[in-house]
Amino acid sequence: MQVKVNGKAEEIQGGTVLDLLKIKKIEPQMVAVEVNDKMIDRDHLATTQLTEGDQVEFLFYMGGGR
Amino acid sequence: MADNKTMEFTEEQINRYSRHILLPEVGGKGQKKIAKAKILLVGAGGLGSPAGLYLAAAGVGTIGLIDSDVVDLTNLQRQILHHTSDVGRPKVLSGKEKIQALNPDVAVNMYEERLTAGNALKIFGEYDVIIDGVDNFTAKFLINDACYFADKPLVHGGILRFDGRVTTIVPKKSACYRCVFKKPPPAGLVASCQEAGVIGVLAGIIGTIQATEALKLILGIGRPLTDRLLDFDAKKTQFREIKVKRNPDCALCGDHPTITELFDDGDPFAGCAARP
Repeated sequence: MQVKVNGKAEEIQGGTVLDLLKIKKIEPQMVAVEVNDKMIDRDHLATTQLTEGDQVEFLFYMGGGR
Repeated sequence: MADNKTMEFTEEQINRYSRHILLPEVGGKGQKKIAKAKILLVGAGGLGSPAGLYLAAAGVGTIGLIDSDVVDLTNLQRQILHHTSDVGRPKVLSGKEKIQALNPDVAVNMYEERLTAGNALKIFGEYDVIIDGVDNFTAKFLINDACYFADKPLVHGGILRFDGRVTTIVPKKSACYRCVFKKPPPAGLVASCQEAGVIGVLAGIIGTIQATEALKLILGIGRPLTDRLLDFDAKKTQFREIKVKRNPDCALCGDHPTITELFDDGDPFAGCAARP
């Protein structure tokens, strides 16, 4: 099925948000996740199923400034 | 200097700010708002440099600079408030000199100290808008929390490698930093700023957007960058806007807050880079 990850269309197998993070080798503690403009609590990453057409945003910390 | 009682501009000031005064959205009235404004830069470094210089040029009445560091040679690649001859000098002093050389109308308050839970509210209370130009997550969360408790609008910024981010936070009205990022990332998982690197011009792009947001807030014009993260990718020269909203479960500004006072959190040297 197709979902959008950070604005880019991607073909994925399905599964949960946590599965997608694992495929992308992203440590869950390093990212805030939005699905269809809704924040997903870290505790719910493993129970949030992705469906066709979902818009997923991985928001990474960006801390510099000096 | 404008007369504080009547705030009438001198002929020289009318000339200096003429390109502002010509704008219907600014005019003489708006320029007076700018002249009365007090803006605090937390960090007189990469983001604080362009923000400070443009806000000074714009005629902001009072600019506060908080920074405990001295200028280092490695700063000069991006921190344009500081010159080669400033290496080893306090950043707040170097910054004040450049700001006032550009525009002697501006009063500059120097705070040569580290921002802490102990001093943040007292300092923030003196200002209308706070600009985040710090390089670590501990300080970014502290600034977010202090703006909430002091009820001050915050223009948040971050830069890393070729990426930058800006967002404006109006406490109790728009999403705060904790609504999105609950707490700082685990220190062991983030690289340090020195390891990560940053393309210097990015500080100019992001810091200048922060200054724009601050001026809009002062003037009360346009649409603030609230409830939106504006991410910039310098390699692609591409902006992306990510919608965010207030989180009812936010520990700070949610329905059942668990953070009820300011606190200093963990290692102030926790790194700045977090993209895998």
